[in-house]
Amino acid sequence: MKAKLVCRSLDVSIAGTTICSKLNLEFAEGQFWGLLGPNGIGKTTLLKCLAGLTPAHAGTVLLENQAIDKLPRRAIARLLGMLQQHTVYVFDASVLETALTGRHPHLGYWEREGGNDKEKALEAIRAVDLEGFEARSVTGLSGGEARRLAFASLMVQEPAILLLDEPTNHLDLKHQIRIMNQVEIQVKNQQRVALVALHDVNLAARYCSHILMLFGDGEWRAGPVSELLNQDTLEKLYQCPVESVQTSTGRRFLPGG
Amino acid sequence: MIPTTIRRLLLFLLLLLSVGSIFFASATGSVSLEWQEWLGAIQNADSQQGELVWRLRLPRAMAAWVVGAMLAMSGCLMQVLLRNPLADPYVLGVSGGAAFATLLGMVYGITVVFLPWLALLGALVSVLIVFGLARGTGPWSGTRLLLTGVVTASGWAAMISLILSLSPDNSLRSMLFWLMGDLSYASLPPWSLLVLASCFILTLGLARSLNVLAMGETTARLLGEPTRNLLWLVYLLASILTATAVSIAGSVGFVGLIVPHLMRMLVGSDHRILIPAATLFGGLFLVLSDTLARTILSPQQLPVGVITALLGVPLFLLLLNRARLKGV
Repeated sequence: MKAKLVCRSLDVSIAGTTICSKLNLEFAEGQFWGLLGPNGIGKTTLLKCLAGLTPAHAGTVLLENQAIDKLPRRAIARLLGMLQQHTVYVFDASVLETALTGRHPHLGYWEREGGNDKEKALEAIRAVDLEGFEARSVTGLSGGEARRLAFASLMVQEPAILLLDEPTNHLDLKHQIRIMNQVEIQVKNQQRVALVALHDVNLAARYCSHILMLFGDGEWRAGPVSELLNQDTLEKLYQCPVESVQTSTGRRFLPGG
Repeated sequence: MIPTTIRRLLLFLLLLLSVGSIFFASATGSVSLEWQEWLGAIQNADSQQGELVWRLRLPRAMAAWVVGAMLAMSGCLMQVLLRNPLADPYVLGVSGGAAFATLLGMVYGITVVFLPWLALLGALVSVLIVFGLARGTGPWSGTRLLLTGVVTASGWAAMISLILSLSPDNSLRSMLFWLMGDLSYASLPPWSLLVLASCFILTLGLARSLNVLAMGETTARLLGEPTRNLLWLVYLLASILTATAVSIAGSVGFVGLIVPHLMRMLVGSDHRILIPAATLFGGLFLVLSDTLARTILSPQQLPVGVITALLGVPLFLLLLNRARLKGV
Protein backbone atom coordinates (compact mmCIF):
# COMPACT_ATOMS: atom_id res chain seq x y z
CA MET A 1 0.00 0.00 0.00
CA LYS A 2 1.34 3.37 -0.97
CA ALA A 3 1.66 5.91 1.83
CA LYS A 4 0.41 9.30 0.75
CA LEU A 5 1.19 11.32 3.81
CA VAL A 6 4.07 10.39 6.10
CA CYS A 7 5.22 11.85 9.41
CA ARG A 8 8.87 11.28 10.25
CA SER A 9 9.72 11.82 13.93
CA LEU A 10 7.45 14.83 13.92
CA ASP A 11 7.43 17.19 16.89
CA VAL A 12 4.58 19.66 16.92
CA SER A 13 4.16 22.24 19.62
CA ILE A 14 2.31 25.46 20.16
CA ALA A 15 3.19 28.18 22.65
CA GLY A 16 5.58 25.90 24.52
CA THR A 17 3.10 23.02 24.83
CA THR A 18 4.06 19.82 23.05
CA ILE A 19 1.24 18.31 21.04
CA CYS A 20 3.04 15.25 19.77
CA SER A 21 6.65 14.20 19.93
CA LYS A 22 8.41 11.76 17.62
CA LEU A 23 5.27 11.09 15.64
CA ASN A 24 6.08 8.38 13.10
CA LEU A 25 3.04 7.56 11.06
CA GLU A 26 2.01 6.67 7.54
CA PHE A 27 -1.39 7.59 6.22
CA ALA A 28 -1.98 5.20 3.35
CA GLU A 29 -4.66 5.24 0.70
CA GLY A 30 -7.90 3.53 1.62
CA GLN A 31 -7.47 4.39 5.30
CA PHE A 32 -10.01 6.37 7.30
CA TRP A 33 -8.24 7.89 10.29
CA GLY A 34 -9.93 9.36 13.30
CA LEU A 35 -8.05 11.96 15.36
CA LEU A 36 -9.22 11.90 18.96
CA GLY A 37 -8.23 13.93 21.98
CA PRO A 38 -9.72 16.22 24.60
CA ASN A 39 -10.43 19.91 24.02
CA GLY A 40 -7.41 22.12 23.48
CA ILE A 41 -4.99 19.21 23.16
CA GLY A 42 -3.85 20.42 19.72
CA LYS A 43 -5.82 18.46 17.14
CA THR A 44 -6.27 21.54 14.96
CA THR A 45 -2.62 22.52 15.26
CA LEU A 46 -1.54 19.03 14.25
CA LEU A 47 -3.86 19.08 11.23
CA LYS A 48 -2.53 22.50 10.23
CA CYS A 49 1.01 21.19 10.49
CA LEU A 50 0.14 18.19 8.33
CA ALA A 51 -1.37 20.58 5.77
CA GLY A 52 1.88 22.56 5.73
CA LEU A 53 0.15 25.65 7.13
CA THR A 54 2.30 25.86 10.24
CA PRO A 55 5.86 24.59 10.55
CA ALA A 56 6.72 21.57 12.66
CA HIS A 57 9.02 22.01 15.64
CA ALA A 58 11.18 19.14 14.37
CA GLY A 59 10.90 16.28 11.91
CA THR A 60 9.23 16.27 8.53
CA VAL A 61 5.88 15.79 6.86
CA LEU A 62 6.22 14.01 3.52
CA LEU A 63 3.58 14.47 0.88
CA GLU A 64 4.01 11.93 -1.93
CA ASN A 65 7.64 11.49 -0.78
CA GLN A 66 8.44 15.19 -0.81
CA ALA A 67 8.90 17.44 2.21
CA ILE A 68 5.72 19.51 2.41
CA ASP A 69 7.52 22.73 3.34
CA LYS A 70 9.48 22.53 0.08
CA LEU A 71 6.40 22.20 -2.10
CA PRO A 72 4.61 25.22 -3.57
CA ARG A 73 1.11 25.78 -2.15
CA ARG A 74 -0.48 25.08 -5.51
CA ALA A 75 1.14 21.64 -5.75
CA ILE A 76 0.01 20.89 -2.19
CA ALA A 77 -3.53 22.03 -2.93
CA ARG A 78 -3.83 19.57 -5.80
CA LEU A 79 -3.00 16.67 -3.46
CA LEU A 80 -4.21 17.73 -0.06
CA GLY A 81 -7.32 19.54 1.10
CA MET A 82 -8.45 20.58 4.54
CA LEU A 83 -11.81 21.46 6.01
CA GLN A 84 -11.22 24.10 8.65
CA GLN A 85 -13.04 24.08 11.95
CA HIS A 86 -14.81 27.37 11.31
CA THR A 87 -16.37 28.59 8.12
CA VAL A 88 -17.16 32.32 7.91
CA TYR A 89 -18.24 33.87 4.64
CA VAL A 90 -17.95 37.68 4.53
CA PHE A 91 -18.72 38.52 0.90
CA ASP A 92 -21.98 37.41 -0.59
CA ALA A 93 -20.88 35.04 -3.31
CA SER A 94 -23.40 32.40 -4.40
CA VAL A 95 -23.34 28.83 -3.15
CA LEU A 96 -22.35 27.56 -6.60
CA GLU A 97 -19.51 30.08 -6.92
CA THR A 98 -18.21 29.09 -3.52
CA ALA A 99 -18.33 25.39 -4.34
CA LEU A 100 -16.46 26.16 -7.57
CA THR A 101 -13.55 27.72 -5.65
CA GLY A 102 -12.44 24.14 -5.07
CA ARG A 103 -11.31 24.10 -8.70
CA HIS A 104 -8.93 27.01 -8.08
CA PRO A 105 -5.69 24.98 -7.77
CA HIS A 106 -6.54 23.02 -10.92
CA LEU A 107 -7.09 26.01 -13.19
CA GLY A 108 -4.48 28.04 -15.06
CA TYR A 109 -3.88 31.75 -14.55
CA TRP A 110 -6.41 33.11 -17.05
CA GLU A 111 -8.47 29.91 -17.24
CA ARG A 112 -12.17 29.93 -16.40
CA GLU A 113 -14.18 27.10 -14.90
CA GLY A 114 -15.56 24.89 -17.67
CA GLY A 115 -18.73 22.80 -17.91
CA ASN A 116 -16.90 19.88 -16.37
CA ASP A 117 -15.96 21.92 -13.30
CA LYS A 118 -19.51 23.14 -12.94
CA GLU A 119 -20.74 19.55 -13.17
CA LYS A 120 -18.45 18.58 -10.29
CA ALA A 121 -19.62 21.52 -8.19
CA LEU A 122 -23.29 20.70 -8.76
CA GLU A 123 -22.67 17.07 -7.88
CA ALA A 124 -20.93 18.05 -4.62
CA ILE A 125 -23.76 20.44 -3.76
CA ARG A 126 -26.23 17.57 -4.26
CA ALA A 127 -24.06 15.28 -2.16
CA VAL A 128 -24.23 17.61 0.86
CA ASP A 129 -27.97 18.12 0.47
CA LEU A 130 -27.81 21.76 -0.62
CA GLU A 131 -29.63 21.20 -3.91
CA GLY A 132 -31.75 24.22 -4.81
CA PHE A 133 -29.39 26.55 -2.88
CA GLU A 134 -27.05 27.11 -5.86
CA ALA A 135 -27.99 30.74 -6.47
CA ARG A 136 -28.32 31.69 -2.78
CA SER A 137 -25.87 34.02 -1.11
CA VAL A 138 -23.43 32.34 1.28
CA THR A 139 -23.85 35.11 3.85
CA GLY A 140 -27.42 33.99 4.45
CA LEU A 141 -26.61 30.36 5.18
CA SER A 142 -27.09 28.82 8.61
CA GLY A 143 -24.08 27.45 10.47
CA GLY A 144 -24.80 23.90 9.40
CA GLU A 145 -25.42 24.87 5.78
CA ALA A 146 -22.18 26.85 5.62
CA ARG A 147 -20.39 23.84 7.04
CA ARG A 148 -21.84 21.53 4.40
CA LEU A 149 -20.95 24.00 1.67
CA ALA A 150 -17.35 24.14 2.89
CA PHE A 151 -17.27 20.35 2.69
CA ALA A 152 -18.72 20.49 -0.83
CA SER A 153 -15.91 22.89 -1.89
CA LEU A 154 -13.42 20.40 -0.53
CA MET A 155 -14.94 17.59 -2.58
CA VAL A 156 -14.80 19.77 -5.69
CA GLN A 157 -11.09 20.26 -4.98
CA GLU A 158 -10.71 16.44 -5.24
CA PRO A 159 -7.64 16.05 -3.05
CA ALA A 160 -6.18 12.58 -2.50
CA ILE A 161 -5.64 13.44 1.16
CA LEU A 162 -8.49 14.90 3.17
CA LEU A 163 -7.87 16.55 6.52
CA LEU A 164 -11.14 17.34 8.26
CA ASP A 165 -11.31 19.41 11.43
CA GLU A 166 -14.53 18.44 13.19
CA PRO A 167 -16.57 18.18 9.99
CA THR A 168 -19.73 17.36 11.92
CA ASN A 169 -19.75 20.62 13.91
CA HIS A 170 -23.14 22.36 13.73
CA LEU A 171 -24.65 19.42 11.88
CA ASP A 172 -27.80 17.53 12.81
CA LEU A 173 -27.73 13.76 13.00
CA LYS A 174 -28.87 13.23 9.43
CA HIS A 175 -26.22 15.49 7.99
CA GLN A 176 -23.50 14.13 10.26
CA ILE A 177 -24.15 10.71 8.76
CA ARG A 178 -24.40 12.19 5.28
CA ILE A 179 -21.01 13.92 5.50
CA MET A 180 -19.30 10.93 7.09
CA ASN A 181 -20.78 8.66 4.40
CA GLN A 182 -19.33 10.96 1.76
CA VAL A 183 -15.90 10.77 3.37
CA GLU A 184 -16.24 7.00 3.49
CA ILE A 185 -17.12 6.88 -0.22
CA GLN A 186 -14.08 9.03 -1.00
CA VAL A 187 -11.81 6.75 1.00
CA LYS A 188 -13.20 3.41 -0.17
CA ASN A 189 -14.17 4.04 -3.76
CA GLN A 190 -11.58 6.63 -4.77
CA GLN A 191 -8.72 5.17 -2.73
CA ARG A 192 -8.17 8.40 -0.87
CA VAL A 193 -7.05 8.87 2.69
CA ALA A 194 -8.87 10.87 5.34
CA LEU A 195 -7.81 12.11 8.75
CA VAL A 196 -10.79 13.39 10.69
CA ALA A 197 -10.66 15.21 14.02
CA LEU A 198 -13.75 14.16 15.93
CA HIS A 199 -15.31 14.61 19.33
CA ASP A 200 -17.94 11.97 18.75
CA VAL A 201 -16.26 8.70 19.69
CA ASN A 202 -19.14 6.72 18.22
CA LEU A 203 -18.81 8.31 14.80
CA ALA A 204 -15.16 7.26 14.98
CA ALA A 205 -16.21 3.74 16.00
CA ARG A 206 -18.65 3.52 13.13
CA TYR A 207 -16.53 4.92 10.30
CA CYS A 208 -12.81 4.90 11.07
CA SER A 209 -10.36 2.17 10.16
CA HIS A 210 -7.55 3.72 12.20
CA ILE A 211 -7.28 6.01 15.20
CA LEU A 212 -4.70 8.55 16.30
CA MET A 213 -5.03 9.64 19.92
CA LEU A 214 -3.40 12.67 21.50
CA PHE A 215 -3.06 12.47 25.26
CA GLY A 216 -1.18 15.69 25.91
CA ASP A 217 2.48 16.35 26.73
CA GLY A 218 3.43 14.89 23.38
CA GLU A 219 2.09 11.43 24.13
CA TRP A 220 0.25 9.74 21.28
CA ARG A 221 -1.00 6.33 20.20
CA ALA A 222 -2.01 5.17 16.76
CA GLY A 223 -3.35 1.98 15.29
CA PRO A 224 -6.32 0.11 13.84
CA VAL A 225 -9.63 1.01 15.41
CA SER A 226 -10.13 -2.52 16.77
CA GLU A 227 -6.96 -2.31 18.85
CA LEU A 228 -7.23 1.23 20.05
CA LEU A 229 -10.84 2.14 20.58
CA ASN A 230 -11.86 0.59 23.88
CA GLN A 231 -13.01 1.53 27.34
CA ASP A 232 -9.50 1.72 28.82
CA THR A 233 -7.93 3.99 26.23
CA LEU A 234 -10.95 6.27 26.11
CA GLU A 235 -11.02 6.63 29.90
CA LYS A 236 -7.36 7.50 29.82
CA LEU A 237 -7.87 9.90 26.89
CA TYR A 238 -10.78 11.87 28.26
CA GLN A 239 -10.06 11.39 31.97
CA CYS A 240 -13.60 10.34 32.71
CA PRO A 241 -15.46 7.07 33.19
CA VAL A 242 -16.67 5.47 29.95
CA GLU A 243 -19.11 2.65 29.50
CA SER A 244 -18.87 0.32 26.57
CA VAL A 245 -21.99 -1.22 25.06
CA GLN A 246 -22.41 -3.79 22.33
CA THR A 247 -24.86 -2.79 19.60
CA SER A 248 -25.96 -4.51 16.41
CA THR A 249 -23.41 -2.44 14.46
CA GLY A 250 -20.49 -2.91 16.83
CA ARG A 251 -19.11 -1.51 20.06
CA ARG A 252 -20.28 1.95 21.13
CA PHE A 253 -19.32 4.16 24.06
CA LEU A 254 -21.31 6.16 26.58
CA PRO A 255 -20.30 8.47 29.40
CA GLY A 256 -20.08 6.22 32.46
CA GLY A 257 -21.29 6.96 35.96
CA MET B 1 -23.73 33.49 -11.48
CA ILE B 2 -24.34 35.80 -14.39
CA PRO B 3 -24.25 34.24 -17.85
CA THR B 4 -21.28 35.32 -19.94
CA THR B 5 -23.36 37.12 -22.56
CA ILE B 6 -25.08 39.32 -19.98
CA ARG B 7 -21.71 40.01 -18.36
CA ARG B 8 -20.24 41.19 -21.64
CA LEU B 9 -23.34 43.21 -22.45
CA LEU B 10 -23.21 44.91 -19.07
CA LEU B 11 -19.53 45.78 -19.36
CA PHE B 12 -20.11 47.07 -22.87
CA LEU B 13 -22.97 49.19 -21.60
CA LEU B 14 -20.82 50.62 -18.81
CA LEU B 15 -18.09 51.42 -21.33
CA LEU B 16 -20.60 53.14 -23.57
CA LEU B 17 -22.01 55.13 -20.65
CA SER B 18 -18.49 56.08 -19.58
CA VAL B 19 -17.66 57.54 -22.99
CA GLY B 20 -21.09 59.14 -23.08
CA SER B 21 -20.60 60.69 -19.65
CA ILE B 22 -17.32 62.29 -20.71
CA PHE B 23 -19.00 63.86 -23.75
CA PHE B 24 -21.95 64.90 -21.62
CA ALA B 25 -19.61 66.54 -19.11
CA SER B 26 -17.87 68.42 -21.89
CA ALA B 27 -21.19 69.92 -23.02
CA THR B 28 -22.44 70.81 -19.55
CA GLY B 29 -21.34 73.58 -17.25
CA SER B 30 -21.78 77.26 -16.50
CA VAL B 31 -21.92 77.74 -20.27
CA SER B 32 -24.19 74.96 -21.43
CA LEU B 33 -23.80 73.90 -25.03
CA GLU B 34 -26.61 72.73 -27.27
CA TRP B 35 -26.01 69.60 -29.29
CA GLN B 36 -25.24 71.63 -32.43
CA GLU B 37 -22.93 74.04 -30.60
CA TRP B 38 -21.11 71.16 -28.96
CA LEU B 39 -20.63 69.41 -32.30
CA GLY B 40 -19.25 72.62 -33.74
CA ALA B 41 -16.94 73.06 -30.77
CA ILE B 42 -15.60 69.50 -31.15
CA GLN B 43 -14.86 70.07 -34.83
CA ASN B 44 -13.32 73.47 -34.35
CA ALA B 45 -10.87 73.39 -31.48
CA ASP B 46 -9.70 76.93 -32.04
CA SER B 47 -13.07 78.59 -31.57
CA GLN B 48 -13.98 79.96 -28.19
CA GLN B 49 -16.33 77.10 -27.46
CA GLY B 50 -13.82 74.63 -28.90
CA GLU B 51 -11.25 75.95 -26.48
CA LEU B 52 -13.69 75.47 -23.62
CA VAL B 53 -14.45 71.89 -24.61
CA TRP B 54 -10.99 70.73 -25.63
CA ARG B 55 -8.81 72.63 -23.17
CA LEU B 56 -10.96 72.72 -20.08
CA ARG B 57 -13.85 70.33 -19.97
CA LEU B 58 -12.58 67.22 -21.76
CA PRO B 59 -9.28 67.02 -19.85
CA ARG B 60 -11.14 67.56 -16.60
CA ALA B 61 -13.75 64.93 -17.42
CA MET B 62 -11.07 62.46 -18.41
CA ALA B 63 -9.11 63.15 -15.24
CA ALA B 64 -12.32 62.56 -13.29
CA TRP B 65 -12.86 59.26 -15.09
CA VAL B 66 -9.34 58.02 -14.41
CA VAL B 67 -9.44 59.06 -10.74
CA GLY B 68 -12.85 57.44 -10.24
CA ALA B 69 -11.73 54.22 -11.92
CA MET B 70 -8.58 54.09 -9.79
CA LEU B 71 -10.38 54.73 -6.52
CA ALA B 72 -13.04 52.12 -7.28
CA MET B 73 -10.41 49.54 -8.12
CA SER B 74 -8.44 50.43 -5.02
CA GLY B 75 -11.61 50.07 -2.95
CA CYS B 76 -12.22 46.56 -4.32
CA LEU B 77 -8.64 45.56 -3.54
CA MET B 78 -8.70 46.97 -0.02
CA GLN B 79 -11.97 45.23 0.72
CA VAL B 80 -10.36 41.89 -0.13
CA LEU B 81 -7.18 42.80 1.72
CA LEU B 82 -9.09 43.56 4.90
CA ARG B 83 -11.93 41.10 4.26
CA ASN B 84 -14.43 43.83 4.91
CA PRO B 85 -16.85 45.45 2.45
CA LEU B 86 -16.57 48.73 4.40
CA ALA B 87 -12.92 49.25 3.51
CA ASP B 88 -12.24 52.32 1.40
CA PRO B 89 -9.02 54.27 0.81
CA TYR B 90 -10.55 57.49 2.16
CA VAL B 91 -12.28 56.07 5.23
CA LEU B 92 -9.17 54.14 6.24
CA GLY B 93 -6.87 57.13 5.97
CA VAL B 94 -4.89 55.93 2.96
CA SER B 95 -5.89 58.95 0.92
CA GLY B 96 -5.09 61.07 3.97
CA GLY B 97 -1.57 59.65 4.16
CA ALA B 98 -1.00 60.31 0.47
CA ALA B 99 -2.44 63.82 0.78
CA PHE B 100 -0.31 64.66 3.80
CA ALA B 101 2.88 63.48 2.12
CA THR B 102 2.05 65.42 -1.04
CA LEU B 103 1.22 68.58 0.88
CA LEU B 104 4.44 68.33 2.85
CA GLY B 105 6.32 67.96 -0.42
CA MET B 106 4.56 71.03 -1.85
CA VAL B 107 5.40 73.12 1.18
CA TYR B 108 9.04 72.15 1.00
CA GLY B 109 9.03 72.99 -2.69
CA ILE B 110 9.80 69.51 -3.96
CA THR B 111 9.62 69.18 -7.74
CA VAL B 112 6.16 68.28 -9.04
CA VAL B 113 7.58 65.13 -10.67
CA PHE B 114 8.37 63.62 -7.27
CA LEU B 115 5.05 64.45 -5.63
CA PRO B 116 3.30 61.25 -6.80
CA TRP B 117 6.14 59.25 -5.25
CA LEU B 118 5.59 61.03 -1.97
CA ALA B 119 1.89 60.28 -2.27
CA LEU B 120 2.74 56.62 -2.78
CA LEU B 121 4.93 56.62 0.29
CA GLY B 122 2.16 58.19 2.37
CA ALA B 123 -0.35 55.64 1.07
CA LEU B 124 1.98 52.71 1.76
CA VAL B 125 2.60 53.82 5.33
CA SER B 126 -1.14 54.21 5.91
CA VAL B 127 -2.09 50.81 4.55
CA LEU B 128 0.72 49.27 6.55
CA ILE B 129 -0.65 50.74 9.76
CA VAL B 130 -4.21 49.65 9.09
CA PHE B 131 -3.11 46.33 7.61
CA GLY B 132 -0.85 45.61 10.56
CA LEU B 133 -3.33 46.45 13.28
CA ALA B 134 -6.73 45.62 11.95
CA ARG B 135 -6.56 42.48 9.86
CA GLY B 136 -8.03 39.18 10.90
CA THR B 137 -11.42 37.76 11.74
CA GLY B 138 -13.44 37.49 14.89
CA PRO B 139 -16.38 39.39 16.31
CA TRP B 140 -14.48 42.65 16.62
CA SER B 141 -12.73 42.71 13.28
CA GLY B 142 -15.10 45.24 11.72
CA THR B 143 -14.95 47.59 14.68
CA ARG B 144 -11.18 47.30 15.00
CA LEU B 145 -10.71 47.97 11.32
CA LEU B 146 -12.86 51.08 11.30
CA LEU B 147 -11.37 52.39 14.53
CA THR B 148 -7.84 51.95 13.25
CA GLY B 149 -8.78 53.57 9.95
CA VAL B 150 -10.62 56.47 11.50
CA VAL B 151 -7.83 57.13 13.99
CA THR B 152 -5.21 56.92 11.24
CA ALA B 153 -7.27 59.29 9.09
CA SER B 154 -7.67 61.82 11.89
CA GLY B 155 -3.96 61.57 12.62
CA TRP B 156 -3.23 62.56 9.03
CA ALA B 157 -5.92 65.24 9.21
CA ALA B 158 -4.22 66.75 12.26
CA MET B 159 -0.88 66.86 10.52
CA ILE B 160 -2.50 68.35 7.44
CA SER B 161 -4.10 71.02 9.65
CA LEU B 162 -0.68 71.74 11.09
CA ILE B 163 0.72 72.36 7.62
CA LEU B 164 -2.28 74.46 6.65
CA SER B 165 -2.05 76.65 9.72
CA LEU B 166 1.58 77.37 8.94
CA SER B 167 0.88 78.10 5.26
CA PRO B 168 0.46 81.61 3.81
CA ASP B 169 -3.12 82.78 3.36
CA ASN B 170 -2.98 83.16 -0.40
CA SER B 171 -2.40 79.46 -1.01
CA LEU B 172 -4.89 78.24 1.59
CA ARG B 173 -7.98 78.15 -0.61
CA SER B 174 -6.43 76.05 -3.36
CA MET B 175 -4.85 73.74 -0.79
CA LEU B 176 -8.17 73.26 0.96
CA PHE B 177 -9.99 72.54 -2.28
CA TRP B 178 -7.33 70.06 -3.28
CA LEU B 179 -7.60 68.33 0.08
CA MET B 180 -11.35 67.96 -0.25
CA GLY B 181 -10.87 66.31 -3.58
CA ASP B 182 -11.04 68.79 -6.40
CA LEU B 183 -10.69 68.45 -10.14
CA SER B 184 -10.68 72.18 -11.02
CA TYR B 185 -7.00 72.28 -11.74
CA ALA B 186 -6.63 68.60 -12.43
CA SER B 187 -4.63 67.60 -15.43
CA LEU B 188 -4.12 64.07 -16.58
CA PRO B 189 -0.45 63.14 -16.77
CA PRO B 190 0.09 60.48 -19.47
CA TRP B 191 1.88 58.17 -17.04
CA SER B 192 -1.26 57.90 -14.94
CA LEU B 193 -2.99 56.18 -17.87
CA LEU B 194 -0.16 53.68 -17.92
CA VAL B 195 -0.58 53.14 -14.18
CA LEU B 196 -4.32 52.63 -14.60
CA ALA B 197 -3.92 50.20 -17.50
CA SER B 198 -1.18 48.08 -15.94
CA CYS B 199 -2.86 47.94 -12.53
CA PHE B 200 -6.11 46.99 -14.23
CA ILE B 201 -4.58 44.13 -16.21
CA LEU B 202 -2.68 42.85 -13.17
CA THR B 203 -5.76 43.03 -10.95
CA LEU B 204 -7.91 41.31 -13.54
CA GLY B 205 -5.31 38.54 -13.79
CA LEU B 206 -5.49 38.15 -10.01
CA ALA B 207 -9.29 38.17 -9.99
CA ARG B 208 -9.81 34.47 -9.27
CA SER B 209 -7.13 34.60 -6.60
CA LEU B 210 -8.93 37.58 -5.07
CA ASN B 211 -12.12 35.51 -4.92
CA VAL B 212 -10.25 32.87 -2.95
CA LEU B 213 -8.48 35.42 -0.76
CA ALA B 214 -11.83 37.00 0.10
CA MET B 215 -12.70 33.72 1.86
CA GLY B 216 -9.79 34.14 4.26
CA GLU B 217 -6.06 33.77 4.21
CA THR B 218 -5.97 30.16 5.41
CA THR B 219 -8.63 29.09 2.94
CA ALA B 220 -6.65 30.77 0.17
CA ARG B 221 -3.48 28.94 1.17
CA LEU B 222 -5.31 25.64 1.27
CA LEU B 223 -6.55 26.35 -2.24
CA GLY B 224 -3.03 26.84 -3.48
CA GLU B 225 -2.36 30.58 -3.13
CA PRO B 226 1.02 31.72 -1.83
CA THR B 227 -0.84 34.29 0.26
CA ARG B 228 2.14 36.22 1.55
CA ASN B 229 3.16 37.28 -1.95
CA LEU B 230 -0.43 37.80 -3.00
CA LEU B 231 -1.27 40.03 -0.03
CA TRP B 232 1.77 42.18 -0.65
CA LEU B 233 0.90 42.52 -4.30
CA VAL B 234 -2.69 43.52 -3.51
CA TYR B 235 -1.46 45.95 -0.88
CA LEU B 236 0.98 47.50 -3.34
CA LEU B 237 -1.61 47.77 -6.13
CA ALA B 238 -4.17 49.41 -3.82
CA SER B 239 -1.57 51.91 -2.60
CA ILE B 240 -0.32 52.78 -6.10
CA LEU B 241 -3.86 53.36 -7.34
CA THR B 242 -4.84 55.51 -4.36
CA ALA B 243 -1.62 57.51 -4.49
CA THR B 244 -2.00 58.22 -8.20
CA ALA B 245 -5.62 59.28 -7.74
CA VAL B 246 -4.67 61.55 -4.84
CA SER B 247 -1.82 63.15 -6.73
CA ILE B 248 -4.26 64.04 -9.54
CA ALA B 249 -7.31 65.13 -7.60
CA GLY B 250 -6.55 65.22 -3.88
CA SER B 251 -8.49 63.02 -1.53
CA VAL B 252 -11.85 62.35 -3.10
CA GLY B 253 -13.72 60.27 -0.58
CA PHE B 254 -16.07 57.31 -0.61
CA VAL B 255 -15.78 56.37 -4.31
CA GLY B 256 -13.98 53.19 -3.28
CA LEU B 257 -16.90 52.38 -1.00
CA ILE B 258 -19.95 53.40 -3.02
CA VAL B 259 -18.92 52.00 -6.38
CA PRO B 260 -17.85 48.48 -5.39
CA HIS B 261 -20.91 48.22 -3.17
CA LEU B 262 -23.34 49.13 -5.95
CA MET B 263 -21.55 46.86 -8.39
CA ARG B 264 -21.62 43.96 -5.93
CA MET B 265 -25.38 44.33 -5.75
CA LEU B 266 -25.56 44.33 -9.55
CA VAL B 267 -23.02 41.69 -10.60
CA GLY B 268 -22.13 39.77 -7.42
CA SER B 269 -18.81 39.24 -5.71
CA ASP B 270 -16.89 37.40 -8.45
CA HIS B 271 -13.91 39.70 -9.00
CA ARG B 272 -13.57 38.65 -12.62
CA ILE B 273 -16.68 40.70 -13.32
CA LEU B 274 -16.64 42.97 -10.26
CA ILE B 275 -13.23 44.50 -11.05
CA PRO B 276 -14.01 45.61 -14.62
CA ALA B 277 -17.54 46.66 -13.67
CA ALA B 278 -16.35 48.71 -10.69
CA THR B 279 -13.53 50.27 -12.71
CA LEU B 280 -15.87 51.41 -15.48
CA PHE B 281 -18.61 52.52 -13.11
CA GLY B 282 -16.10 54.29 -10.86
CA GLY B 283 -15.02 56.42 -13.81
CA LEU B 284 -18.59 57.07 -14.85
CA PHE B 285 -19.60 57.92 -11.29
CA LEU B 286 -16.88 60.48 -10.73
CA VAL B 287 -17.43 62.18 -14.11
CA LEU B 288 -21.10 62.64 -13.25
CA SER B 289 -20.32 63.73 -9.67
CA ASP B 290 -17.86 66.29 -10.94
CA THR B 291 -20.34 67.58 -13.49
CA LEU B 292 -22.83 67.97 -10.65
CA ALA B 293 -20.17 69.75 -8.58
CA ARG B 294 -19.58 72.21 -11.42
CA THR B 295 -23.24 72.93 -12.13
CA ILE B 296 -25.28 72.58 -8.95
CA LEU B 297 -24.34 76.06 -7.63
CA SER B 298 -23.13 77.41 -10.97
CA PRO B 299 -21.17 79.56 -11.57
CA GLN B 300 -19.79 78.61 -8.16
CA GLN B 301 -17.80 75.36 -8.38
CA LEU B 302 -17.70 72.84 -5.60
CA PRO B 303 -14.92 70.34 -4.92
CA VAL B 304 -16.12 66.97 -6.19
CA GLY B 305 -15.18 65.43 -2.83
CA VAL B 306 -18.13 67.28 -1.30
CA ILE B 307 -20.54 65.55 -3.65
CA THR B 308 -19.04 62.08 -3.16
CA ALA B 309 -19.01 62.53 0.61
CA LEU B 310 -22.65 63.67 0.62
CA LEU B 311 -23.52 60.47 -1.23
CA GLY B 312 -21.02 58.27 0.57
CA VAL B 313 -21.65 59.07 4.20
CA PRO B 314 -25.33 57.98 4.26
CA LEU B 315 -24.44 54.80 2.36
CA PHE B 316 -21.60 54.06 4.75
CA LEU B 317 -23.90 54.47 7.75
CA LEU B 318 -26.50 52.28 6.07
CA LEU B 319 -23.92 49.55 5.48
CA LEU B 320 -22.68 49.83 9.04
CA ASN B 321 -26.22 49.46 10.31
CA ARG B 322 -26.75 46.39 8.16
CA ALA B 323 -23.49 44.92 9.47
CA ARG B 324 -24.78 45.57 12.99
CA LEU B 325 -28.01 43.75 12.25
CA LYS B 326 -26.09 40.82 10.82
CA GLY B 327 -23.79 40.84 13.83
CA VAL B 328 -20.58 41.16 11.82
